[in-house]
Amino acid sequence: MGTATFKGGIHTYEGKELTQDKQTKVLMPKGELVYPMSQHIGAPAKSIVAKGDYVLMGQKIGEADGAISANVISAVSGTVKAVEPRLTSSGLMVESVIIENDNLYKPIEGLGEKRDYAKLSKEQIRSIIKESGIVGLGGAAFPTQVKLTPGDDSKIDTVIINAAECEPYLTSDYRMMLEEPEKIMNGLKIILKLFPNAKGIIGIEDNKPEAIKKLTELVNGEDKIEIKALKTKYPQGGERQLVYAVTGRKLNSTILPYQVGCVVNNVDTAIAIYMAVAESTPLMRRIVTVAGDAVKEPGNFNVKTGTNFREVLEAAGGLTEEPEKMISGGPMMGQALFSLDIPVSKTTSALLCFTKDYVADMEPSSCIRCGRCGYACPAQIIPQKMYICSQNNDAEGFIKLDGMECCECGCCTYVCPAKLSLTQSFRQMKRSILESRKK
Amino acid sequence: MNKLLNVSASPHTRSFATTTTIMQDVAIALVPASLFGIYNFGLRALLVILTCIATCLLTECVYEMAMKKPITTGDFSAVVTGLLLALNMPVSIPLWIPALGSIFAILVVKMLFGGVGQNFMNPALAARCFLLISFAGRMTDFTVSAVGASASSFDYVKSGAIALDGVSGATPLAALKAGETVSLLDMFLGNTGGTIGETSVIAILVGAVYLLIKKVISFRIPVAYLASFAVFVVLFGGKGLDTNFLLAHVCGGGLLLGAFFMATDYATSPITRKGQVVFGVLLGLLTAIFRIFGASAEGVSYAIIICNMLVPLIEKLTYPKAFGKETKANG
Ligand code: SF4
Ligand code: SF4
Repeated sequence: MGTATFKGGIHTYEGKELTQDKQTKVLMPKGELVYPMSQHIGAPAKSIVAKGDYVLMGQKIGEADGAISANVISAVSGTVKAVEPRLTSSGLMVESVIIENDNLYKPIEGLGEKRDYAKLSKEQIRSIIKESGIVGLGGAAFPTQVKLTPGDDSKIDTVIINAAECEPYLTSDYRMMLEEPEKIMNGLKIILKLFPNAKGIIGIEDNKPEAIKKLTELVNGEDKIEIKALKTKYPQGGERQLVYAVTGRKLNSTILPYQVGCVVNNVDTAIAIYMAVAESTPLMRRIVTVAGDAVKEPGNFNVKTGTNFREVLEAAGGLTEEPEKMISGGPMMGQALFSLDIPVSKTTSALLCFTKDYVADMEPSSCIRCGRCGYACPAQIIPQKMYICSQNNDAEGFIKLDGMECCECGCCTYVCPAKLSLTQSFRQMKRSILESRKK
Repeated sequence: MNKLLNVSASPHTRSFATTTTIMQDVAIALVPASLFGIYNFGLRALLVILTCIATCLLTECVYEMAMKKPITTGDFSAVVTGLLLALNMPVSIPLWIPALGSIFAILVVKMLFGGVGQNFMNPALAARCFLLISFAGRMTDFTVSAVGASASSFDYVKSGAIALDGVSGATPLAALKAGETVSLLDMFLGNTGGTIGETSVIAILVGAVYLLIKKVISFRIPVAYLASFAVFVVLFGGKGLDTNFLLAHVCGGGLLLGAFFMATDYATSPITRKGQVVFGVLLGLLTAIFRIFGASAEGVSYAIIICNMLVPLIEKLTYPKAFGKETKANG
């Protein structure tokens, strides 16, 4: 069986064995819940509650502001304690609604009501998704309803569910595939309802045979849905790599999937869509993998959005010893944390704690021109050359080398024997170029 | 939690390969050729090797101390340079010549251009060419002064002589040029004249396979090099498809050592995949031209040095097309 893949990429230590066989546990928050108004790409939501207001579980507390924005939903009932800037995993202070949980979980009307999605119109489906505050849960956090509204529905011929989960350590998507495969399938069917000419493909890395088996059983009899095994390789779940592996179509930095007839959604996004459309439940939870050698009992947790990271760590038994490094998300693209006093947001995929930061112990040396960075680069550009441009602040040269095609996957930095911070320098370079273009 | 957490940019994980582990791998891969050299040419070969390595390390260390730069001798790249230079020396060479070559390689070719990765010519080869020009006679003196069977190893060392049966003075290439045939078996085992490290085909190939398996080098440069060389020899060598002639040419002289260990030098070969193929093909052509039409029998070193200088141009012309660059949006 040929497994689909792309050129470049890396094989890392996977670290998934720590948590992949652990049943997801539901975590009930104890303290206050924090809802940043910006948990997505695009304009921040506007808070529509004020201090002292009482909110219900499932109630909208932040309203999408503009075309590309997303609602924010409270996962508990309780009183609004404050609306003020709070620290988020990005390291920035973001305007947030803080709710004192009354532990009653009083729902808004109609929460959890079953709906027959077969009877809903496309408009109804889209507006439910929009209302439910769903964003791409794979990490990009692009508002899902916008993604599902490409303009001409008939031009979409492939709906891809991204079940690659290529980041090391992360197993939250995998657990969902084992625990709630029907919801994924139904989520996909709902998306397919929007695109009459499309067929659905679920792409899974071949290091997850259990998940492939489970989903394949469910596909039985569906002629519009297909499971595709993908080679286990980072960044197989990157949008450009995935679309290529599944359809052979190549995206670049200026082309979005819908422009080549594809719509891509993450596994958990498909579940969120199903929950919203068929079970009237907006996006209020997140599956979080807690792992790393500093964690006592690594596992996966079903966490209400807004829950403090400390509580999540506690749920995993706390720390074995003082960590040197903590990361929100995976080790390849996640965010290093300097405080655990931050809330779980819609896109929090993991909390990783390590006793040793061996990256910090690696001294960078000179580039030896070994070429490894170029072989690993999925964008098929030459990081070694781009690095020279970025060191010299040569924006023009950087653009000429197609530096803007860098998707910041981190592969080049990972393989570089000279331990140069290639990705980081490209990130900065790209940002400054994009900023100067705006002016 | 009161320890200061490390906050750095992603990725937060790295591979364990470092400059040092890679250079160590190259050094390890040169061990078979070195051992064969010592076995074939006697202990004096070891002395030449040690001289080169020690001088290279010392030069780098002294230079960096003088310039108040961090000392990088631990990264093994100077060891590799020294080893390669030694393997390109005839065994009878007076020791001050390889020592001088080592200083030239490290000081002039490597350090003055900024150290590891910055040099545009392969230090060992540049040094060899420098020595060839300066001391042509000694550098190509593969004749062996006979030492009696009773002589001790110490005598070999002192007299710079080798006395193993079957090692003839003439190199296979010189023999070919003179129209003689050579024994392929001897070449395989290294029972021929030549520099310390170039004579044994088997030893070189063992090291090459190690580098390929360890992914330190790719097959692109050596295969393109050897293939284009072979094609050219068949077309213009004057012997047509004479396998003995062809194999003798491929296996003789510094070609294999050059193709696997020197043409693949990171700093001085193209970084683009296509560029590596172009580079290999050019090397094959140049080497064949030098060998067939040139005055000397050997041409590998000059071919590589010349192509080293074309690397920036080759890289410019073969910069890859970014993934999906040609795709047009349709909707
Ligand atoms: S991987 Fe690092 S050392 Fe190798 S060419 Fe790229 S930047 Fe240079
Ligand atoms: S971070 Fe950018 S340059 Fe580096 S491998 Fe990924 S896409 Fe290529």
